[in-house]
Amino acid sequence: MGAEATVRNFNINFGPQHPSAHGVLRLVLELDGEVVTRVDPHIGLLHRGTEKLIETKTYAQATPYFDRLDYCAPMNQEHAFALAVEKLLGITVPKRGQLIRVLYCEIGRLLSHLLNVTSQALDVGALTPPLWGYEEREKLMIFYERACGARMHANYFRVGGVHQDISDQLVEDIGTFCQTFPKVLDDLEGLLTENRIFKQRNVDIGVVTLEDAWNWGFSGVMVRGSGAKWDLRKSQPYECYDEMDFDIAIGKNGDCYDRYLIRMYEMRQSTRIMKQCVERLLGRERIGPVSATTHKVVPPKRSEMKRSMEALIHHFKLFTEGFHVPAGEVYAAVEAPKGEFGVYLVADGTNKPYRCKIRAPGFAHLQAMDHLCRHHLLADVSAVLGSIDIVFGDVDR
Amino acid sequence: MAHTLQSLGESIAAKLGDKLSGWSIGVDMVTLEATPETLIDVLALLRDDGALRFVSFTDVCGADYPAREKRFDVVYHLLSPTLNERVRIRVQTDEVTPVPSATALYHGADWFEREAYDLFGILFTGHHDLRRILTDYGFDGHPLRKDFPTTGFVEVRYDEVEKRVIYEPVKLVQEFRNFDFLSPWEGPDAVLPGDEKAKTN
Repeated sequence: MGAEATVRNFNINFGPQHPSAHGVLRLVLELDGEVVTRVDPHIGLLHRGTEKLIETKTYAQATPYFDRLDYCAPMNQEHAFALAVEKLLGITVPKRGQLIRVLYCEIGRLLSHLLNVTSQALDVGALTPPLWGYEEREKLMIFYERACGARMHANYFRVGGVHQDISDQLVEDIGTFCQTFPKVLDDLEGLLTENRIFKQRNVDIGVVTLEDAWNWGFSGVMVRGSGAKWDLRKSQPYECYDEMDFDIAIGKNGDCYDRYLIRMYEMRQSTRIMKQCVERLLGRERIGPVSATTHKVVPPKRSEMKRSMEALIHHFKLFTEGFHVPAGEVYAAVEAPKGEFGVYLVADGTNKPYRCKIRAPGFAHLQAMDHLCRHHLLADVSAVLGSIDIVFGDVDR
Repeated sequence: MAHTLQSLGESIAAKLGDKLSGWSIGVDMVTLEATPETLIDVLALLRDDGALRFVSFTDVCGADYPAREKRFDVVYHLLSPTLNERVRIRVQTDEVTPVPSATALYHGADWFEREAYDLFGILFTGHHDLRRILTDYGFDGHPLRKDFPTTGFVEVRYDEVEKRVIYEPVKLVQEFRNFDFLSPWEGPDAVLPGDEKAKTN
């Protein structure tokens, strides 16, 4: 027996209860010393059968399931589903409704990026950023709560628009937040961007070329980090994103550090979009419907039901039978904070979706863990995991 | 939009010739129909053709139509960042006919195919690691098939006596309720049974 026989690769379990596994991820790592030679992610520990459940419910009952996917940015998910159904029904959302949707989508982006950037810092050893980030997230969640009554599981974007109008006071408060928030971003950047430890842990780690990024099905920050000028809000605009003035950031190196920089930049741009929404919601679009007026899809308000028999009947029908969606299939995607979140919906003309495939960005990103981490050190695994921004709600569905 | 989809569909159809069994324009994108034999050629052309460049892999998923002879649809979604277009490819198969794996062309197909295998039981040939992915270790059945009950067959709990997690058949306190609210009166222009001739004379 020579020396070779005693040296063998070592298998370890990373998770499912490791604090930097970002949820219930079990990574089976094969290590050669401290170098990772194979990564085998085991997912599905949070699988709840969302797609199956959606098939057994009416369209209106399906929206709450989308909050529970990526619970860091709930409304962005609902948005994709609402867009898919609206495409099949051929409904357009009134301008005020669109602006509220865009406003809340960008709040969702801030929520998600704040959590991701700061927990990426936490993964590589910085404790302060999460504490600062959570303070801002708390304020944003209160905006969620004030619009729809729930901090996370909003069920606010409904097919045809949003559930209810928001008050001027709330819009003004969001405007005030947009004034103070860039200062917090400056502080966070002051802690991280030029921080020597943070850079040592992130620069040139988890490099992915653009060609690979497309091939692996990456989207969002993951392709922009590798240099693609690709953002669904710009290239395939939905709602009123084409009327908004904002820039997208593009990385050069495709490493963890570029992705961090892009997320920071995107938060500033989101604030910019939010300011434009606030201005229009308080100005030109101050008064107006927030959802389509067809009562064949959008339920009437309670006050209306007290006076109108028609409204009462519509309400009853919509909350028992639900609305019917014409047969057909559609794929609708939104630029969720984590990448392209898509819904492939097959309708058979009844009141329930026949098939609702949820294309989660995290799922596509996590499958490349082996590709990204191979020949990196064990400690880099958590840096890469932090920078691909996964949440198990949407990976496992 | 409709015009560009039309011309995109025509140009793809011209390039692929008889490899396609048909194509159509759906609500939002061009849908190509392929067979398991031609699928890889179709994908390879879409990816490598200089004018198409569908390099980005979006999604593979299954859909179950138990009434059909070939009960499964395998639906691929690709994206071309160059053209800023998406395309959908549909292949029909059944429980025993495998579909060639797209992993050789697109790395990203890996987990999506595992998922389709796990949830529908669709088989892929040439996939390097076709294991279950979302369901539990040792799970039996394919939950997204239409004949799989929503409540499932087994439930899991921690047993305080045995000090371990145990599996036992599902016991529901209340039967799973699937309300059928479908009414025959659909929308303002629905015709009630027997009323077909009401307006003809």
